[in-house]
Amino acid sequence: MDEPAFSEPWHAQAFAMTIHLSKQGVFSWPEWAEKFGATLAAHGLSRELDGGEDYYNAWIETLETVLIDAQLTETAAITQMIEDWREAYLSTPHGQPVKLSA
Amino acid sequence: MPHDHDHPHTLLPSDPALRVKALETLLIEKGLIDPDTLNEIINTYENKIGPKNGAAVVAKAWSDPDFHTALMADATSAVSALGYYGRQGEHMTVVENTPETHNMVVCTLCSCYPWPLLGIPPAWYKCDAYRARAVREPRKVLADFGVVLPESQAVKVWDSTAEMRYLVLPMRPVDTDGMSESELAKLVSRDSMIGTGLVIAP
Repeated sequence: MDEPAFSEPWHAQAFAMTIHLSKQGVFSWPEWAEKFGATLAAHGLSRELDGGEDYYNAWIETLETVLIDAQLTETAAITQMIEDWREAYLSTPHGQPVKLSA
Repeated sequence: MPHDHDHPHTLLPSDPALRVKALETLLIEKGLIDPDTLNEIINTYENKIGPKNGAAVVAKAWSDPDFHTALMADATSAVSALGYYGRQGEHMTVVENTPETHNMVVCTLCSCYPWPLLGIPPAWYKCDAYRARAVREPRKVLADFGVVLPESQAVKVWDSTAEMRYLVLPMRPVDTDGMSESELAKLVSRDSMIGTGLVIAP
């Protein structure tokens, strides 16, 4: 009964961003549920999904799609930002805060 | 990228964690989200809401006939009056177990769930196996949870949606007549409010 709500910090972050965006009216919750359900159904065609990693991978894929469809970001911008963060982690000495270079 | 092993770098997060971080940075830059609000949302779902809310509602319904009537007539209003409202709690219906009918809840589309009463659903509620099997073979699923019902008790499966979310009101165990609401609430498990468990007297 007391298992943690989220098993990984990124699950919590993805969840919170989605709630936050929906609260601001970027999309309605029924709209989200429909699109997320469609992603789960598509992923579930090839294999049986678990309710953890698989579930949240489908969640972030849906979030990216929704944001791109709403023209709030682009695939290239996301890819670039991922690489920027990867670079920042790899170039930050252990123990120091990781920051994006300006 | 130089990779100096005398000076080890920070541990690289997993690919999905990096994707989430990237999205978060982009959205913050655009002013679409605010980091403090994100933390507040996470704190709420990690610490403030969870099955104890639902358990309090169930215990009250068992103890207070007027509340029971109000809850069955309009669950959303009845639980809002107790302070349980918010996201995924806009349209809630309570389905009551009886000796004739046992209720269980699934979301076949994704993972719709009455958050204000139960918090974030457990992983098994979100997995394909439960979502597919709950409708097709509910008694077998219940048996996997250790719940074996008499043949005379029908099983009714409710499919939650973004528009309507269900909470099961389990049967009050016998021999609990003298118990207070707070004592009763401690007996009510999360699973019993999804319908994959029963409430057992101590």
